[in-house]
Amino acid sequence: MRDARAHAGFPIEPVYGPADTAGVDFERDIGRPGEYPYTRGIHPRMYRDRLFTMRQYVGFGTPEETNGRFKYLMAHGQDALNVAFDLPTQLGLDSDDPRAEGEVGRVGMAIDTLADMEEAFAGIPLDRVSVSLTINGMAAPITAMYYAVAEAQGAAPERVVTTPQNDILKEFVARGTWIYPVEPSLRLVADLIEFSARRYPRSNPVSVCGYHIREAGCTTAQEMAYGLAIAAAYVELMLARGLGVDEFAPRISFNFTAWGRIFEEVAKFRAGRRLYARMMRERFGARDPRSWMFRSLIGGGGSAFTAQEPENNIVRGAYIALAAALSGAQTIALPTYDEAYTIPSPKAQLLALRTMQICAEEAGAADTVDPLGGSYYVEALTAAMERQILAELEAVERMGGIVEAVRSGALQAEVARQAYRYERQLASGEVAKVAVNCHVGGEAAEADRAMELYALDPRVVEAQVARLARVRGARDGAAAARTLARLRDAARGTGNLMEPILESVRAYATLGEICQAMKDVFGEHREPVTF
Amino acid sequence: MKILVAKPGLDGHDRGAKVVAQALRDAGVEVVYTGLKRTPEEVVQEAIEEDVDVIGLSILSGAHVPLARRVLEALRREGATEIEVVVGGTIPPRDVEELRRLGVARVFPMGTPLPEIVGAFTGRGEPSDPREASRP
Repeated sequence: MRDARAHAGFPIEPVYGPADTAGVDFERDIGRPGEYPYTRGIHPRMYRDRLFTMRQYVGFGTPEETNGRFKYLMAHGQDALNVAFDLPTQLGLDSDDPRAEGEVGRVGMAIDTLADMEEAFAGIPLDRVSVSLTINGMAAPITAMYYAVAEAQGAAPERVVTTPQNDILKEFVARGTWIYPVEPSLRLVADLIEFSARRYPRSNPVSVCGYHIREAGCTTAQEMAYGLAIAAAYVELMLARGLGVDEFAPRISFNFTAWGRIFEEVAKFRAGRRLYARMMRERFGARDPRSWMFRSLIGGGGSAFTAQEPENNIVRGAYIALAAALSGAQTIALPTYDEAYTIPSPKAQLLALRTMQICAEEAGAADTVDPLGGSYYVEALTAAMERQILAELEAVERMGGIVEAVRSGALQAEVARQAYRYERQLASGEVAKVAVNCHVGGEAAEADRAMELYALDPRVVEAQVARLARVRGARDGAAAARTLARLRDAARGTGNLMEPILESVRAYATLGEICQAMKDVFGEHREPVTF
Repeated sequence: MKILVAKPGLDGHDRGAKVVAQALRDAGVEVVYTGLKRTPEEVVQEAIEEDVDVIGLSILSGAHVPLARRVLEALRREGATEIEVVVGGTIPPRDVEELRRLGVARVFPMGTPLPEIVGAFTGRGEPSDPREASRP
């Protein structure tokens, strides 16, 4: 008999039956959808009332180009945006900074000042569209710019729905857009959550990400465990500021991955939902049911896709969309089949959107809640996954808790170890990947060359730098400098930095200047280099 | 054989760099890893201080051409051209030739099997034809 094993480590039995779910108590562990502990989903009728949102990750070049792509996707039925920023923006460097060379407008759009944000959302009503901002180290100033644009458009604050990612802990583990040391970075996370909870009640000021840690190599159970530990760290941070848990917890959201193994992914989300609900109610004493709900964006894991025979990724994307729908996602995003090669082409973007639409409209995946619930296999797998997640949470505690594990680099080392383990399994054939280590054909090279590759127009950089120079020239420089001095002073204190940041934003201070003002006080993170 | 695995530029994706570093270490190669966000000049300084034979640049942001060019320029400035430069990451086929023209010894684009990368530095395993390692 062939061996089968979950990515989380435990073996998969060839057959499951009633004996395998003997320890599962229906009322306690599963319950009804829309009710604690939400194992079956956070809404009573799920997609029958509201289909999952389809939110592709888009952004490249100048704000003007990105604005055009936003409008293209909206015209084809995408109902929400997910903004990609270039690396200089994510790291608080202006487009004319020497360290930004070669990176401006490359993996996302470049934002230097409020003027760029105004342009990116020109003609897009921010009181009607919900927008995710994939921004972390610079979440506070970028979200401040977004709020300033919404304000200038005349959008009522209670109608503004935005989700800045604002999850810095996972950046230290994976993805790497950290700037300041751990403590001041956490302060900025909390400042944005607190400010948004008070002023923009429908914003989701933190999106806790297991996604990127999984993409960096950890297992399914670790992804959920680390995400839950990070969420708990942010809850503790806000409680320490004197906020009541129900004042902010209803707006916490999650960004997790769906990968190749459909049933294991579904079990991960079912187990994660009930663990989160229990943690929020029992450990943190939340009373508002919305504080117990694990609201999730499920993004297809780009690392599940391959460079070999890239068209196969279209098929993988369809299975991933199915896994995400069966998992009870609120929002789904898919990688595009050409992602291993290039910034996605419009055709590849549209194919990803169509994949989700076919899953929703034709495949029947949205007809009934938690269709796999009650399956011997999936219930047993959910229970096994829950045990494994709890074991991984204990491992984090042994590293000194999530914040210490990140500061010391112990968590990063564990993730790298898992990534290497997976790679060896690929090399040995223990993990199968079609056209990579099994069913390898000879046509790959031809397919590679047929790919439509995005070329970054060098004029994009020139245009962005020229625009930045114009904004610097047109603004009241002395007024901008005064706001930056006030921001620096505020950073030395302990108060919330969002108001001083907003002041700098409105004075057209550049992102680089705002970032540097805080760097003057906070210093820079020193990475614990481990592998 | 001593290799500096380096992350130049702003890209924060270090899964590949760390996997390759671990694999080379297990194959008996001495490996130093720079950590994230080093400038090309810092990478070259570290390579000289550590007295490595090879610099392996890992770049997934798309900025591989300007970053590799600056590393090679810095090596020439420092008179350290005996240090070989290889590049791995999200390198589209059309850029493989350009990197080699700049003076990059080998390119490992996405999808290169791990044993092939390790074999290139240990002389063991595949590929028998070294040009295979830069197959687009």
